[in-house]
Amino acid sequence: MTAASVAQPRPALAAEGIGISFGGIRALDGVGFAARAGEVLAIIGPNGAGKTTLFNIVSGVYRATSGRVLLGGEEVTEAPPERLAALGLSRTFQNLQVFFRMTALENVMAGRHLQERAETAANLLSDLFRLPGTRARNRTTRDAALALLDGVGLAEHAEAPAGSLPYGALKRLEIARALATAPRVLLLDEPAAGCNPVETEEINRLIEGVASRGVCVVLIEHDMKLVMRVSRRVVVLNGGRMLAEGTPGEVRRNPEVIAAYLGANVVEEPARPGKPPESAAHA
Amino acid sequence: MVAELLQFLVSGLTVGAVYALVALGFTLIYNASDVVNFAQGEFVMLGGMVTVFATAAGVPLPLAAFLAVLATVAVGLLLHRLAIEPARGASAVTLIIITIGASIFLRGVAQVAFDKRFHQLPGFSGSDPIPLLGAAILPQSFWVLGGAVLIFLGLWLFLERTLAGKAVRATAANRLAARLVGVDTAKVLALSFGVSAGIGAAAGVLVTPITLTSYDVGTLLALKGFAAAMLGGMGSPLGAVVGGLMVGLLEALGAGYVSSAYKDAVAFLVIVAVLFALPQGLFGRSGVERV
Amino acid sequence: MRGRLSARHTTLLGLALVIAAVPWFFPSAYYFRVAALVWVSGLAAVGLQVLMGQAGQVSLGHAGFLGLGAYACALGPKLTGLPVLACLPLGAVLSGLIAFVVGRPILRLRGHTLAVATLGFGMLVTMVLTGENGLTGGPDGIRIPRVELFGWRVRGAETWYWIAGGALWLGVWLALNLQDSPSGRALAALHDSEVAARTLGVDVARHKLRAFVVAAVYASVAGSLLGMMNGFVTPDAAGFLSSIEYVTMVVIGGSASVPGAVVGAALLVLLPQALTVFHEYEHALLGLMIMLFMIFLRQGILPGLAGLLAGRCLGAPKPVASAGARA
Repeated sequence: MTAASVAQPRPALAAEGIGISFGGIRALDGVGFAARAGEVLAIIGPNGAGKTTLFNIVSGVYRATSGRVLLGGEEVTEAPPERLAALGLSRTFQNLQVFFRMTALENVMAGRHLQERAETAANLLSDLFRLPGTRARNRTTRDAALALLDGVGLAEHAEAPAGSLPYGALKRLEIARALATAPRVLLLDEPAAGCNPVETEEINRLIEGVASRGVCVVLIEHDMKLVMRVSRRVVVLNGGRMLAEGTPGEVRRNPEVIAAYLGANVVEEPARPGKPPESAAHA
Repeated sequence: MVAELLQFLVSGLTVGAVYALVALGFTLIYNASDVVNFAQGEFVMLGGMVTVFATAAGVPLPLAAFLAVLATVAVGLLLHRLAIEPARGASAVTLIIITIGASIFLRGVAQVAFDKRFHQLPGFSGSDPIPLLGAAILPQSFWVLGGAVLIFLGLWLFLERTLAGKAVRATAANRLAARLVGVDTAKVLALSFGVSAGIGAAAGVLVTPITLTSYDVGTLLALKGFAAAMLGGMGSPLGAVVGGLMVGLLEALGAGYVSSAYKDAVAFLVIVAVLFALPQGLFGRSGVERV
Repeated sequence: MRGRLSARHTTLLGLALVIAAVPWFFPSAYYFRVAALVWVSGLAAVGLQVLMGQAGQVSLGHAGFLGLGAYACALGPKLTGLPVLACLPLGAVLSGLIAFVVGRPILRLRGHTLAVATLGFGMLVTMVLTGENGLTGGPDGIRIPRVELFGWRVRGAETWYWIAGGALWLGVWLALNLQDSPSGRALAALHDSEVAARTLGVDVARHKLRAFVVAAVYASVAGSLLGMMNGFVTPDAAGFLSSIEYVTMVVIGGSASVPGAVVGAALLVLLPQALTVFHEYEHALLGLMIMLFMIFLRQGILPGLAGLLAGRCLGAPKPVASAGARA
């Protein structure tokens, strides 16, 4: 394997030597990546490779046992999720974390929290007494959220309870909600899981559109076709360790990756957005 | 000094044993269903009250006690069948409120069926205090402690050695997995209600000669038992016992050395403090939140 | 703004109409008293709805703040020489401060642990009120001086009815405002998924604490009003059963709904009054009612009825989160 691409000066998001243990089991060990603004980086690997755990560390949900995370060059290893969000990092979840009690529109409106600057005590009073400031914020938030819903093709479902939407729509709803924070870095955890080819195509376009606006997109995905098309670079994890890193072409040709993970036929024929063979995970 | 301390310790352990039994009842039901059964204190009340009224009607004490436990078990099973089972799938808060409603209901019925006065049972082996290192110990204290130990042992044997007990433990460990291997978790919950009611009633019978009973003793007992279960770590039977004894001891020591008016406060203060330092309780399972 | 009347406006208008119209049907002062009691309990319940329904945090010791509000009006005039009425905001500020200090560590806890911690707080308040005989009058309670406003003595069930009704309307207005605001959305978000709320930048601890303080202030004001209305308060007002009653009001009415809290309060205040005919069976019937409501209308009365009217079955369908890709 050739040397992994050297970290660019001030990547938008970088993780270095990340390690974490759960009850004595090393879930991640020495994992790292770096992604620049406007770039799409994919993290792939068999189930249990530690991809989502890596996301949870990078987004502040878990705390790494070792290693560090840099956001726009600033060290944020210990920062909680809300601070990371304020610094411009947003994410979606593999197991949906949609606000099911709300409508689709309200979900995205909730994503505008940081823009609304609702953290000061004065704003609480303004909200309680519905002062003009609050009414103005409600209006701007609503308009922005509608535009975002439109962007993911859910405008006509704006008033529908989130719980009534189909799975693929919920995936896109989470993306819209994450985009509502106006992130500089967006982490997408299996955005195309459970989506049909048409929906996957929409997600593909969505990701490209977001990246073209200068957002750094880091993506966990099992749909190899999507990964190969949308990402500029790919990081392969296996059993909590780095297996390979490179352009989609390099990774696809890497014999170790083929042997341990992809399996020759998946690369040639990525028709099913299915899983690589489970046994590969334990190879 | 020593005598005084011993006195406090024994009385603390005695009430602590009762709290432990109540906490154990909470734990059994909680493990089977995540329901926090606030009617647990009413089981204790029923045990005491039925025994009192049965003996007053001329039934010999052992038989009266047996009848009381039996009647309370029936109430526990009915509570499950009529109030918990129909509300399956409701949120935890809803289920808690149902059991609180049940507790108010049982108290209301007891107030009509029995009366509103305080009642006492005679000590099982008289009421002459036994001198011990300068302290005077009520013989009933030994009954309570001995009875509690027997119940703990019986429950332990049941859980470890019988098929039904293993089903209860499997359900507590993982409800879905238990169901997949063929455990009827609904029956396990019914069983838990029955056993919890029986344990509560036995506690009520044992402690009534010391603490008196009336239709409304259940609330505070439920609160203390709940706090004890939390202190030990919700869901852990061992934690329930240790938590109960600790609450009892803290209360007795607080009442003895600090202020008897604030004996309940001492217990709750310490519990709240422990919760802050150790939110999982002493023996609770801690886990990583899965996202 | 949309053309039709929003749910918010309908609720506020409806409540105002009810408060204004009900007295037409009152044959005696007794009814004014009971209705005033409904409004005051409703005020406390609406505050608790902010905490429970909007932020999703349970408090089993909320009556403690009611007690603080009531005793502030009982002890304030004695200790500070201020008029009783001035002690209402004083109690509210005090309760808010106590909630701020106590809530910070308490709200870090979750679920059952949070329930015990709040329960412990309520117990402690009751115990202090009961134990400090010399100051609080102990378990027998304490008298609250009559309220005077510019020399006018506030008295009579009818006067208190209007005061309590006005306070409730104001409380509902504020709670509805909150629900439809940036702060309210933050609360709703952390209620549904704390981790998702945090990744959107919501400072979960801060917003929970705010809901707790808001709820405490509501309770304190309600407690003060209750005390002034009765001219008397006992530690029972702050007790566990009282706390449970307020929780039940919120849940029975439908915890997601602000007006639901008022409906729950009405039910829990009126039922015992209606049941005085069977006064012996009052508790048994009350317990039975609570159980029946929770079993058969578990979303609460208002959402449950709305669901029935809309012809939907109870229990909103949850999405089946099973994707084809999940093996």
